[in-house]
Amino acid sequence: MSERHGVSRRAVLGGTGVAVGAAALAGAGFATGRATASPMQLRHYDFHGDHQSGIVTPQQDRMHFASFDVITDDRDALIGLLRSWSEAASVLMTGSELGTGIAGGSPLAPPDDTGDATGLPASGLTITFGFGPGLFSKDGVDRFGIANKRPAQLIDLPHFPGDTLEERLTGGDLCVQACADDPQVAMHTIRNLSRLAFGIASVRWAQLGFGRTSSTTRAQDTPRNLMGFKDGTRNLKAEDSDNVNRWLWAERGDGQDWMAGGTYLVARKLRILAEIWDRASLGEQEALVGRTKGSGAPLSGGNEFTEPDFTRPGAGGEPLIRSDAHVALAHPSANAGAMMLRRGYNYTDGADALGRLDAGLFFLAFVRDPATQYVPMQTAISSSDAMTVEYVRAVGSAIFAVPPGVAAGSPLGNNGAYIGESLFA
Amino acid sequence: MNARFALPSLVLTGAVVALAGCVPNAPSGADSVTVTATDDGCTLSSSEAPAGTLVFSVENEGSAATEFYLLASDGSSIVSEVENIGPGLTRDLTVQVAAGGYFTSCRESDNADAVPVAFTVTEAESDVPVDEEREALLNQAAQTYRAYVQQEVAALVIATDEFVAAYTAGDDDAAREIYAPARIHWEAIEPVAESFGDLDPSMDLREADLAEGEQWTGWHAMEKDLWPPLDYAALSVDERQALADQLVADTAELSARVNADDFTFEAFQIGNGAKELLDEVATGKITGEEEIWSGTDLWDFRANLDGAWEAYVVLKPAADLTDATLSTEIEERFAALDAELAQYGSLEDGFANYSELTDDQVVELSRLVEALSESLSHLTAAAIG
Repeated sequence: MSERHGVSRRAVLGGTGVAVGAAALAGAGFATGRATASPMQLRHYDFHGDHQSGIVTPQQDRMHFASFDVITDDRDALIGLLRSWSEAASVLMTGSELGTGIAGGSPLAPPDDTGDATGLPASGLTITFGFGPGLFSKDGVDRFGIANKRPAQLIDLPHFPGDTLEERLTGGDLCVQACADDPQVAMHTIRNLSRLAFGIASVRWAQLGFGRTSSTTRAQDTPRNLMGFKDGTRNLKAEDSDNVNRWLWAERGDGQDWMAGGTYLVARKLRILAEIWDRASLGEQEALVGRTKGSGAPLSGGNEFTEPDFTRPGAGGEPLIRSDAHVALAHPSANAGAMMLRRGYNYTDGADALGRLDAGLFFLAFVRDPATQYVPMQTAISSSDAMTVEYVRAVGSAIFAVPPGVAAGSPLGNNGAYIGESLFA
Repeated sequence: MNARFALPSLVLTGAVVALAGCVPNAPSGADSVTVTATDDGCTLSSSEAPAGTLVFSVENEGSAATEFYLLASDGSSIVSEVENIGPGLTRDLTVQVAAGGYFTSCRESDNADAVPVAFTVTEAESDVPVDEEREALLNQAAQTYRAYVQQEVAALVIATDEFVAAYTAGDDDAAREIYAPARIHWEAIEPVAESFGDLDPSMDLREADLAEGEQWTGWHAMEKDLWPPLDYAALSVDERQALADQLVADTAELSARVNADDFTFEAFQIGNGAKELLDEVATGKITGEEEIWSGTDLWDFRANLDGAWEAYVVLKPAADLTDATLSTEIEERFAALDAELAQYGSLEDGFANYSELTDDQVVELSRLVEALSESLSHLTAAAIG
């Protein structure tokens, strides 16, 4: 997967579409485009690669995530969907319109592309597909003849203490994560992929996210989450190749060889009790997190990137960082060294029926083995992390196997390669 | 160094005076003294300041955690302090001081080399609150609130015995009748009970908070058994007895702990407790999650409010030294919420089942809770000054 610049969104086929370079577009203030396009929005990534895009890719600022129920038992129909999704993803990631675009088709048929991103640059769009437990078997039925290929790592997540999950926000047979530096581009992706899925898979739940709450590369600044604290300071970064190989990518021998080069995704929708958090004193907020709110430095001293010292004593010999502080419980040293790659986003769904901010963190973590890298940490946090217990409610939860990418140079289309091909081979 | 240095802090780390309705950390017009701490001790930008609100901005340039104390004229009694300042961090200590002689110290509590340095507070033009008065009021508050907690726990012991007697005897009607009135004595002191991290989950855990495979005990396990959902398998006589025995034992342990000689309160715990009681209302009761089987959330709501009122009343005299308008606002908001809640019943006559409330009624209660919580969140800082 490499990064390219300067590709405009234009008609792939037809020629009746107006082909305009991104720079010209930006200068002209095109009606459906943005008045200016930042360098970030001009980035684009390749669909092909050993791994899918949207995992170690520098984390974009916007996300639209959707979980789907597969509503057919027809294996060929499912494979057909994965083929069309793969082809569409490769087109969308270049910033182009699907099919004949918005103006190249028959006037008597709906356009191939919904058109809401026409005129916008690629905006660093990445698309990541995942397979939920229900794809392998549902209610004990092996719908697609792949039940014996379910990886052991694709566990059913346990109930974590304090979970107040809403059934309609859990699970799913397929997922699509679309990340971009323009929310409209991310949404356009989910909208059009959902359209291709009608009759085969339908959206079970979806989430819009704004404001990344983690960094996946060293070049990125640490963002703040809706609790007002810097988040992702210690995230696994793309540059940490040894750790990425150890903690992120599945390998042959992990159990299911078709997953080699893939990974596992845990998605959790975590509502923050914002009004109540905002009434907690600064001292309490910092003690719960284990870091200062201003600089993000650990309470044991130093600056944001100083390694926390969980033994450094303060008054009365007690550690400066409480043992139930978030940073203490989430740190690799408390989790047998386990690391994960997080790609969280802030979200808001407006206000609830009581007028309270309905908002929080849409937590996404990619790990090689959820049972050892995610579950123990989440169990500790759900039961002992005072910040989580008091101020956060888990309302949504899902897990997916994220298959490897499509090899460079593979043709796509009707008889071509597709995401998940190794599973159905 | 005097042994008093080892006492728990009266001031939360990094706590600052936040007057109700005021956002800035340092009140405008406050004098500020920069304290630079190194491994060799600390240096103050000034050795004197005028009486009134004074901010010590403590920068730790040393390699170990440090703390900063403002000591009374005897050189040992702590007027105020800020603890746990990690290397490279800066913390503010905001205090209100009267004119007179003080000392400052910047060492760890067990460092015998720490030599307090004289600090002079000069006369101010206007009167300032005297710290001795505040300290006396806070001590009084702590004693009064401690007695209140002990009284509620004593009532809880009696009510729990009555409840489990009916429950284990299989007199479900009587047990259902006693359940909510008994629990008000728990709900009124919930933050105190919750401070005992082992007892709270054993006594008050909701089913949704269980970890996979974890044993469920306490009030809510019995609640579900008394108000069973459709697919529920009733507990056996032995299972009921085990739950009852555990609850009685836990309650006895709670009673022993709050009556122990070393069970003490500090003012900030009372004030934060009041806020936490309202948080409980906002997160559990207003949504009907607390008593999901019995629907008796409004009893808990009433008890949480009563507990918060008690905490407010004991802190009010000290808080008024800082800002009397805050208590006016708090009382108005308590009154508004009381009036709204009174429509649905009282402790004497019982409350409506939570499921009987309309969405609009829940919204109205929620708005009043949010308003009161917002005011109460400033109580601790105002009381401590």
